[in-house]
Amino acid sequence: MDCTVRIASPLHSYTQGRAAVAGRGDTLADVLGDLEARFPGIRFRMIDEQGRIRPHLRLFVNGDEARDLTAAVRGGDTVHVICALSGG
Amino acid sequence: MTNTLWLGTRKGLFALRADARRRTWKLSNPQFLGHVVHHVVQDPRDPRVLLMAAKTGHLGPTVFRSGDRGRTWREAAQPPAFRKAAAGEEARAVERVFWLTPGHASERGSWYAGSSPAGLFRSGDGGERWEPVAGFNDHPMRPKWAEHGTPDGAFLHSILVDPRDAQHLYLAISIGGVFESTDGGGDWTPLNEGCAADFMPDPAVPYGHDPHCVALHPLQPDRLYQQNHCGIYRLDRPARRWQRIGAAMPKKVGDVGFPVVLDPADPDTAWVLPMDGTTVWPRTSIGGKPAVYRTRDGGRSWQRLDRGLPRSHAWFTVLRQAMCADGHARTGIYFGTTGGDVWASTDAGDSWRCLARHLPEIYSVSHAH
Repeated sequence: MDCTVRIASPLHSYTQGRAAVAGRGDTLADVLGDLEARFPGIRFRMIDEQGRIRPHLRLFVNGDEARDLTAAVRGGDTVHVICALSGG
Repeated sequence: MTNTLWLGTRKGLFALRADARRRTWKLSNPQFLGHVVHHVVQDPRDPRVLLMAAKTGHLGPTVFRSGDRGRTWREAAQPPAFRKAAAGEEARAVERVFWLTPGHASERGSWYAGSSPAGLFRSGDGGERWEPVAGFNDHPMRPKWAEHGTPDGAFLHSILVDPRDAQHLYLAISIGGVFESTDGGGDWTPLNEGCAADFMPDPAVPYGHDPHCVALHPLQPDRLYQQNHCGIYRLDRPARRWQRIGAAMPKKVGDVGFPVVLDPADPDTAWVLPMDGTTVWPRTSIGGKPAVYRTRDGGRSWQRLDRGLPRSHAWFTVLRQAMCADGHARTGIYFGTTGGDVWASTDAGDSWRCLARHLPEIYSVSHAH
């Protein structure tokens, strides 16, 4: 399914500065795999080698936070990649 | 000979550049501003090549490679990562790439990386693709060797390659100890005899020590120096028992610190930067009076070197990768502080001057020519 992925600024170096890109897939795992194919390296910065979402990064599908990559994505959905970090 | 000091900081990469005489240094603008840069290392087999271990606060750890002396950088296609855990196994993930070491001269393009949590990785293609070294990462004793970390996690560092034998390797873990491999990383053996572990109930444990920094002399590869959490040591192989050369340091100063730096031209000369390891371990310069100490006789005696350094009220901390030597006939020594200052000596430590101030917390200082 085609969706829109909104990309947080720490990852703009991978998307040539674009804050929103088209995505494709039936699950978050598919969508991130699709992003990786077009923007090499981006997935590992978000997802560790065990398939877990990194601690200071959060993924949302239509505003609902996904706890893992099995979350379903449907046509027209918006996936938000949010970076959240505190401290100096 | 050109001179560049690469400064890895908590908030980006900086360079200090000087001409051959090392008199005037110019600070660059930051590269990778905001990235956490743990280590930057030049490839002695191809001086145009640099590798950098980096991450950001939000994003996972990675390695960048430059083929043009740091002008442009490209990310590794496959950064260091543990293998996928089987069901029921501990699922380890690299939190930071902490250390980089070029491989043996005969293995062009080979590199090693150390991580937190403690992991060893190897690249055979100049840092583009990294593979876990199963002989260490999956060693049946690894969970015991790397059982305890520092407050910031367990770090694998001081990966050393014997210049006579590409199969002969050393590494160190904070906390865990020093380990040796004679088969290219396939198997590992603890090498900690003689080192104190004052934080352990049994001081004679075979592992569980806290080596802060280990260095091997390139001209005399059987000679190792170690700055440990509990003292300064020297080991001349094939002996296996470290000798506490820090015993010759002044008692009021002690022999706690992070870095130890060797003179590339003289196996008997080394520099350390003692820090306060008393009471609650402030890890600052002792009494607010920073000083470098040098030995010229393999640790039998030490000389205080503080000319040009602040005389008082200077509470330095210098981390393990943040002190280095250059390859000049009159050896240059450089260090960066967690307060963001860079200090230099171009007379082997006899006198010092400040090259830069107000940088972010400095994690590593490395010289490139």
